[in-house]
Amino acid sequence: MILQALTLTLRLAVTVSFILLIVGVPLAYWLANSRRRWKFFVEALVSLPIVLPPTVLGFYVLVAIGPLSPVGRWYQAIAGHPLAFTFEGLVVGSVLYSLPFAVQPMATSFASIDHKLLDASALLGASRWRTFRRIVLPLGLPGVLTGFVLSFAHTLGEFGVVLMIGGNIPGATRTISILIFDQVEALDYAAANRTALLLLVLCFAILAGLYGLRKRAAWNVWGWK
Amino acid sequence: MEMSESATAAPAPNGELSVRIRKSFTGEGVGAFALDVDFTAAAGFTILFGASGAGKTTLLDCIAGLQKPGAGRIAVGERVLFSSAGGLNLPPNRRSVGYLLQTLALFPHMTVAQNVQYGLDGLRESDRQSRCEEILALFRISALAGRRPEEISGGERQRAALARTLVTRPRVLLLDEPLSALDAVVKSQILDDLRAWNNQHRIPILYVTHQREEVFALGENVLALDGGRIVARGSPHEVLQRPQSETVARLAGFENIFECAFVADHPEQGTMTCRVAGPALELEVPLSRVDRSRPLRIGIRAGDILLASAAPQGLSARNIFSGVITSLRQRDVMVVAKVNCGAEFEVHLTPAAREALHLEVGGTVWVVVKTYSCQVLQDIQ
Repeated sequence: MILQALTLTLRLAVTVSFILLIVGVPLAYWLANSRRRWKFFVEALVSLPIVLPPTVLGFYVLVAIGPLSPVGRWYQAIAGHPLAFTFEGLVVGSVLYSLPFAVQPMATSFASIDHKLLDASALLGASRWRTFRRIVLPLGLPGVLTGFVLSFAHTLGEFGVVLMIGGNIPGATRTISILIFDQVEALDYAAANRTALLLLVLCFAILAGLYGLRKRAAWNVWGWK
Repeated sequence: MEMSESATAAPAPNGELSVRIRKSFTGEGVGAFALDVDFTAAAGFTILFGASGAGKTTLLDCIAGLQKPGAGRIAVGERVLFSSAGGLNLPPNRRSVGYLLQTLALFPHMTVAQNVQYGLDGLRESDRQSRCEEILALFRISALAGRRPEEISGGERQRAALARTLVTRPRVLLLDEPLSALDAVVKSQILDDLRAWNNQHRIPILYVTHQREEVFALGENVLALDGGRIVARGSPHEVLQRPQSETVARLAGFENIFECAFVADHPEQGTMTCRVAGPALELEVPLSRVDRSRPLRIGIRAGDILLASAAPQGLSARNIFSGVITSLRQRDVMVVAKVNCGAEFEVHLTPAAREALHLEVGGTVWVVVKTYSCQVLQDIQ
């Protein structure tokens, strides 16, 4: 049972963190460089999951992807089954929930790049895309990695959103944190302890690895292209 | 990709840089400021000279496309880079303008060779290599090709950044105080290499500086910029030896500048008398074509003033005043004396002269100024 929940949790975390890598990098770059007046609005929206109770976020996502909403109906027409209470539904909720953890470190590190370097790149004839690829991405790599790892770790441990959107279906939506909740409710403290310890060790190992890597990154990261 | 055209094409027929732009800032804090210039720069060095805040960097940014002028036109030969009338504003990566930023902005995660090859994107690998080796050799940094910017000295970084800019064969080169942080020896070596490069390529080079020595070292043409306007232009000698405005005078090393009022003309003697504002001190200065109804300024270089420990006699100098020494300071190999004769004069003399005259603070001396050491200044209205 633990193995099934663990596999599912890891699958969810990997999927979510890769999606956030693809969505987060351009979004973070835009946030770091845009001078639009309504940028604050997007910033606030992206950061909302940090302060919002997961149940609130989960509730609205559930409503949004439920069979009564246009999105839910559209998904059901294409996929043949509803989005709510499925693994895919969990992915949607988790991406939104972990968005700030991916975007904020990325945006911070993009914003800290000396703007003169971007000017110099353009003056040497480089297009914006080439500047992004050859200058911004390599120099912002520590932040991108941090965002990637944090969104992974954050997805591992989430509970409220999963419960609201996914429910508790073994193999489909029962993640480790839900399993712990189940085991405690069943008064099986020994099992709950084993599961909880597993999650604790896993999250600690990831964060320790991240901070260890970041410390070395100060001189190591320049070697990456 | 956009670069490939300019990077592979043979050097274009030499295009003169012509700039006629206006840009105003309704700045907060710094106050309103307007850049309003009109000039052309032929192949060779044109020195852009002015105090900080005169608008030098803004002007270069506009030429390079990093800032947008409010109105006007910028062209290199027939090629228009910016035209408010034509609604044209080429982005920096399509201007073929080489711009060496004050901070150099070498890419920290790349080696010197990678930095230099960055602008040669459109070329074949072998061409990139050979162009890179060629320019590194010219700037004597071939041995540093594999080093990162943080691993080389300031002068070497300067050379690397210059090589990176020039390897793309720009049609105009903009240099923003590129050598201000370097010592004199390294500076003159780099300037020699830059001159050698320009003898081959002959493009307009706009060289920003606020250091007088650089103006004379490089000068073919000087544009003096003040408050966003060109206040003087010509050869370094014309601009700095006979400055017309106070800003240029200060930059040109006139340590003494006095606010004066016109008193009388002596056309038969080729002089006129001016009264220094405040004290009853009258200076005899060369007869000048200035508006006598407006205030004047008289500029005197501190090194052109003589000091005497006793009342001098039988001298040709027309301006002799007694005063009291208010301060004596050693600066490098020079003694800076301040003498109060009603107005305060700054005088530069050698330590030996100080010894010989037994100069002390509080002592009485005579200040001697030749008529032709007085430069009459009046700001253009």
